[in-house]
Amino acid sequence: MIDALAGVLLIPAAAAALLALLPGYRMTARLNVVATLLTLLTAASLFVVEPTSGSYLLVDDLNKVFIVLTTFVGFTTSVFSASYIGHEMESGRLTPTFARFYHAMYQTLMFAMNLALVANNIGLMWVAIELATLTTVLMVGIYRTHEALEAAWKYFILGSVGIALALFGTILVYMAARPVIGEGVAAMVWTVLITKAARFDPALLNVAFVFLLLGYGTKVGLAPLHAWLPDAHAEGPTPISAVLSGLLLNVALYALLRFKMLLALNPGAIAPGPLMVTMGLISCVFAAFMLYRRRDIKRMFAYSSIEHMGIIVFAFGMGGALANFAGLLHMTMHSLTKSAIFFAVGHIAQVKGTQKIADIGGLTVSNPVLGWGLVLGVVAIAGLPPLGIFTSEFLVISSTFAREPWLAVILVFGILVALGGLFLRLGTIAFGAPRGPTAKADASYVPMFAHLAIVFTAGIYMPPALVAGFQNVAKLLG
Amino acid sequence: MLRGNLSFDVAHLLAGSLVLVSFMQLYQDRLYALLNIFALHALVLAASVAWQAFIQDAPHLYLTATIALVFKAIVIPAALHRIIVRLGIHREIETVVGVGPAMLLGMGLVALSMVVMLRVTADADPLAREDLAFALSVVLLGLLMMVTRRNAVSQVIGFMSLENGLVLAATGAKGMPLVVEISVAFSVLIAFIVIGIFLFRIRERFDTVDVQALDRFRGERQ
Repeated sequence: MIDALAGVLLIPAAAAALLALLPGYRMTARLNVVATLLTLLTAASLFVVEPTSGSYLLVDDLNKVFIVLTTFVGFTTSVFSASYIGHEMESGRLTPTFARFYHAMYQTLMFAMNLALVANNIGLMWVAIELATLTTVLMVGIYRTHEALEAAWKYFILGSVGIALALFGTILVYMAARPVIGEGVAAMVWTVLITKAARFDPALLNVAFVFLLLGYGTKVGLAPLHAWLPDAHAEGPTPISAVLSGLLLNVALYALLRFKMLLALNPGAIAPGPLMVTMGLISCVFAAFMLYRRRDIKRMFAYSSIEHMGIIVFAFGMGGALANFAGLLHMTMHSLTKSAIFFAVGHIAQVKGTQKIADIGGLTVSNPVLGWGLVLGVVAIAGLPPLGIFTSEFLVISSTFAREPWLAVILVFGILVALGGLFLRLGTIAFGAPRGPTAKADASYVPMFAHLAIVFTAGIYMPPALVAGFQNVAKLLG
Repeated sequence: MLRGNLSFDVAHLLAGSLVLVSFMQLYQDRLYALLNIFALHALVLAASVAWQAFIQDAPHLYLTATIALVFKAIVIPAALHRIIVRLGIHREIETVVGVGPAMLLGMGLVALSMVVMLRVTADADPLAREDLAFALSVVLLGLLMMVTRRNAVSQVIGFMSLENGLVLAATGAKGMPLVVEISVAFSVLIAFIVIGIFLFRIRERFDTVDVQALDRFRGERQ
């Protein structure tokens, strides 16, 4: 029986095998787009017909949101990637062999992320996140320059330590579950764990959560475990920066949220919220200050991702229906906006032949479409009304003010500092007299403006069905 | 009852030896010696996993033991040995933190993991408890090694001994599913890391990782 659940895994897996064999980057790039589109359609069908969950795979209201977001951004990024890789091939930065490898890896990454999201088994989820880490490491190092390899190495070592700690946490969860559920596969299955969580040994669960928070938190990019993130974003191909920021961080966050739900059900366990709130706030404020001294445009937006992941983790840490809703909305908006920004930045770096902020200037004059696209993206990411991120940030802040005013003040401070940092740089990048060399932009603007259009619309009007869906998930998260 | 005691004692002995070998890794300042000690580490792990397979009556764990034995005690050390020879770094002595402080820190970490794990697992059965405490010690000692070394090869050895600790924990957790799959996934990860160092260190030596340098290299070996 092949249903939609198997589809979101089988399509990318088959596409990865196919793309590894086929020569010619034009055709493979197109096939890549087709495969991600098919995956997206299959994922969307999950809303219509819900497949039955087994002991290894699972679909529920929570992961449906993540799957659809992942496959959607995966699809638009593949459209962007086709034109981006085309340019890289023409400029000789990538050889045909590496382009083929890149496309196969792109599909493998999609497979790994979907697997992590639909896994009903905490061991399987861990394996999937490890696979996702491996593929992204390989793609970060694909240019094989000094910096790219160093970034890949750093990501590798920190990412491996992160997933190693997460595995230790996973083993501890199994140890906690075993006396209640009994030995064997059942003690690692979500749907079983969640029904029996109240009777687990709370002390073991506490230690397990600390390891899981440190482990998966490294992958989310929370300060002070974020050191790999800016390098990996800056040195890899830009489509991968978009996927890393827009999706992979979310997948790690999803794993964290699942374990948070588990702990929340156990009356004797520590509340996971305060830990997440603390790490979220530290990440947000720290990354906001780091925005000021950046010289590399991709590195700057990588720090902005850390800041926003901080806000999202903060919101989920606060918990409650409203804060969870805000966190979920913020996560969606951030994924869409940040990948749109990276689409713009990727073409900008190709047009200008550099990622150094000092060599990029006056884009709205020299390349108006790209320039204004970037301006719009930065305005959105900085959280100005009426765009989607303003709505979600406003919800996070207002729900926090009602409960913990001081935390809200710190959060607002971080957001404002980040806003200053972003606009300081945006001024020189986008406006004034054009600086640096300018090549013709052979860009696909559709993905970027599609994302921005959604973010813009969400800021003004959200369909009631979407709101109801998000509210439902927010309630699930507790 | 006698068999119960014996199986406990042997498991205890093997897990304890793993911690001891982790300490031995900490004070090695030559890469070859470090590599040999790591092979010993993997050997002890293989013995420990095989013993767990025997006492738990879990035949699939023999597969994990075999992976540990063949892959980690033989293949990877041999590959790293070649890399060290090729790169001519076998004489390098490197310690960021001195041996004394590193050992003291290591003892502190072991004490920490004992305090944490023994306290939270008060209700679990004694074998799983001690296994978990030893496993956490091995994990933390591996981490310590990764942060006190600068050389890519010894960092990888630190990571691998960390991972040995995880396999110890996973096999000690009685009846845990997916242990074999997880150990395979880790082996793939490590294989990639070893290939990674190879490329990385070539870059350091030749200041390039372009294919030509690699080709020249391959030519040398044949």
